[in-house]
Amino acid sequence: MMLNNEILLIIAGMAAATFFTRFACLALFSRNGVPEWMGKWLKHVPTAILTALIAPALLLPQGSLDISTGNHYLLAGCVAAATAYKSRSVIATMTLGLAVMFALRWLNI
Amino acid sequence: MSMARILPSRGNVMTIELQSGIRDSLPVIVGVVPFGLACGIMGITIGMTPLETVLMSALVFAGASQFVAMTMLGAGPAGWGLIVLTTLLINLRHLLMGASLAPYMNRLPVPMQALLAFGMVDETYALTIDRVRQKGYHPGYQLGCNLSFYIAWVASTAVGVFMGERIADPLAWGLDFAMPAMFLALLMPRLMDRTGGLVCILAAVVSVVGAMYLPGKWYIIIACLAASAAGGLLEGKNDAKQ
Repeated sequence: MMLNNEILLIIAGMAAATFFTRFACLALFSRNGVPEWMGKWLKHVPTAILTALIAPALLLPQGSLDISTGNHYLLAGCVAAATAYKSRSVIATMTLGLAVMFALRWLNI
Repeated sequence: MSMARILPSRGNVMTIELQSGIRDSLPVIVGVVPFGLACGIMGITIGMTPLETVLMSALVFAGASQFVAMTMLGAGPAGWGLIVLTTLLINLRHLLMGASLAPYMNRLPVPMQALLAFGMVDETYALTIDRVRQKGYHPGYQLGCNLSFYIAWVASTAVGVFMGERIADPLAWGLDFAMPAMFLALLMPRLMDRTGGLVCILAAVVSVVGAMYLPGKWYIIIACLAASAAGGLLEGKNDAKQ
């Protein structure tokens, strides 16, 4: 059998839950728009969420805090941050960051 | 030459925006493909069929919750309710992303909003909101990003399924660093004013402490709520002074 009902139900449930989280706020604000006090707060959501995705990925790559030269993610992250600051370019930041990452892996420092 | 040729029609603008979204997504897809491969390999490893594994990527389209669900399934019989609830919790951060795009998207027809919401993942949100910062919002751009990531995710899951256990873990190459690197490039321009810098520092501290002590992805939600609320309050105070 190619599909099993239990797995299909799980996939359907996960799809519904995920779509709910992505669409709920749009549906909520689609008629009257976003209230003004909330707009002020929402302006800072991109900065906050990008930071909350980056900081743990660099400082806790294996799940525990690792501030050492053995943490390749942190070292490559510092290079990427400097590149991003200087160049403002996604491609330059990713290229240089990944190059440092591969070099560290390859040299096995 | 007719006016229609000189002035781009609405259809042309849509195409141009779509292409520009796809173009901006291409370098970033490098970071998603290893996760898609790993997702396909994992599905086969825990005993899902190829069709089920690809179907999950096509319908759920949420990497982190797919990995968690497959881990739960692999550990033995797991209840439907528990897996769906975990998915909901992992994806709660999208509520905040949706709210932050709502002011731009609420003029679109509801079916279009629903279609764009289906494709709103961390990366496509980050690209879309960066385009808002630079030039303003356009649904074509968002659709271009969503389409690129969707195709990359489903296709790389399928490739992972067919490679099965024959290849080594693609995440061990360090390619997963592509994602934080991309986010860094999109974050940096937002830190040029004082409020932006403070929001970033607060979010960094709360998310790191949260990741150390809280289960799951709660650290993202809590850090985002705390730091963005602080940013809103700071701004309110500055307005009052002026």
